[in-house]
Amino acid sequence: MYPFSYTRASDLRTALRAGADGGRYVAGGTTLVDLMRETVERPGTLVDISGLPLREVTATKGGGLRIGALMRMAEIAAHPTVRALYPVISQALELSASAQLRNMATIGGNVMQRPRCTYFRDVTAACNRREPGTGCGAREGFNRTHAILGTSEQCVATHPSDVAVAFAALEATVHLLGPAGERTVAFADFLLRPGSTPQREQDLRPGELITAVEIPAQPRPLRSGYLKVRDRQSYEFALTSAAVALHVRAGVIRSAKVAAGGVGTVPWKLSAVEQRLIGARPSEALWAQAAEVAAEGAHPLAHNGFKVELLKRTVERQLRVVGGTR
Amino acid sequence: MSTEPPAGESTGLTRRTFVATTVAVGGVVAAGELTAGASAFAAAPATAEPVPSTRVSVTVNGRQLTVTVDNRTSLLDLLREHLGLTGSKKGCNAGACGACTVLVDGRRVNGCLTLAVRLESAEVTTIEGVANGDRLHPLQQAFIDRDAFQCGYCTPGQIMSGLGCLREGHTGSAEEIREWMSGNLCRCGCYVKIVRAVEQAARWK
Repeated sequence: MYPFSYTRASDLRTALRAGADGGRYVAGGTTLVDLMRETVERPGTLVDISGLPLREVTATKGGGLRIGALMRMAEIAAHPTVRALYPVISQALELSASAQLRNMATIGGNVMQRPRCTYFRDVTAACNRREPGTGCGAREGFNRTHAILGTSEQCVATHPSDVAVAFAALEATVHLLGPAGERTVAFADFLLRPGSTPQREQDLRPGELITAVEIPAQPRPLRSGYLKVRDRQSYEFALTSAAVALHVRAGVIRSAKVAAGGVGTVPWKLSAVEQRLIGARPSEALWAQAAEVAAEGAHPLAHNGFKVELLKRTVERQLRVVGGTR
Repeated sequence: MSTEPPAGESTGLTRRTFVATTVAVGGVVAAGELTAGASAFAAAPATAEPVPSTRVSVTVNGRQLTVTVDNRTSLLDLLREHLGLTGSKKGCNAGACGACTVLVDGRRVNGCLTLAVRLESAEVTTIEGVANGDRLHPLQQAFIDRDAFQCGYCTPGQIMSGLGCLREGHTGSAEEIREWMSGNLCRCGCYVKIVRAVEQAARWK
């Protein structure tokens, strides 16, 4: 690990000033400290923001949620309001990492997670994300766990977060605060696909800080849930996953929110699946028919072709679980 | 591309001896100040740039300490290398095995991913602080009763994580315990007995 200076921000203004001076924000630190030890990350200054007042869950009008950026994963997962309104969020969180890590990691940091790609984490390997222009070791390498959607010539790493998949499905917004003031970005626009600039991972301006993630109100009653498929049953990243939220009234699906994880360079919204669901009546046949388009546009690599079929089955199964036809 | 981080993070025998001496002098230490990290290393060349360090006050197993740490020092290294508390183990040093699990302000966390510099005013409990004198904690006793280890390397982390699991109330069934203890790996494969030990302690509670 390279030496760094350390400063603790007592209020937002101090934090933003330190951030504008090039300081790197640290909240839970579970990704950042790990990557600093691997020398993938080499910040000169750490700005500790864990003391800032961004640690509340608030129910907004109509049944939305505003989650303070410094809420820990464990706190959000256990929060009665979150559990009551959005099981998909608490489930995604509890299926992530370990109890220890969930006690440390915050929701802002979770969204900001860097890829788990082994070539990214290995400073002796080629990686366009870590060092633009050096190439992508994964493209022709061991890419069994890599993305099949949203990839580019430059990068094929998946976004590792589970809860971000729920946020993508529910069309969350990200609240930001920076030297130029506040702004809000749709979740779908916040995390960037690698394209030709894989080193740019978020729509974040210099010195900006995530203050909250907001879930817009959804039509009720809403049934939701998260399914994660992985190489071992717990404490593992997703090979595929599905976040589903359905609003059914008078026997017809009026609203469907579906996204997939473990398959995209960013959490992957499945609009084509949603379109097949909206206006239809729940049935076994419908789940299969909707899931059939889950992997549309996929570009499998040498070792991850299995994800195409696995993604369809993951989505179908979770539609069945949430839709409740069995 | 430079891949070699500068020296200073790891600690040699000399410093360990130095610190051990300091700790011994200060049965004290409550009031005294302990300096830990590269900047304190007497043998460091005089020309070397001072390594960014910070003073932090932290309570470890009920004992209040003020230490000056190289900012890079993890809680795990502070415990093991500077305070002589070697019960917490370094398995992966990357948050993937749980051998370093300790309680910070009552919550189980990975000591290897916690920067010591961030622990101002925090209360840390390690495996050394779990027994009451010679009387083992019921969970420690349960690990013995249930024969829940072979080599024992992961055991301190398992027990600290088990304490967290008990406190969080995730001991309703063997399945629940398995899921909520999944952050602790055991390469001897004692999982079945570890679950039984946590179950036994949960019943005792």
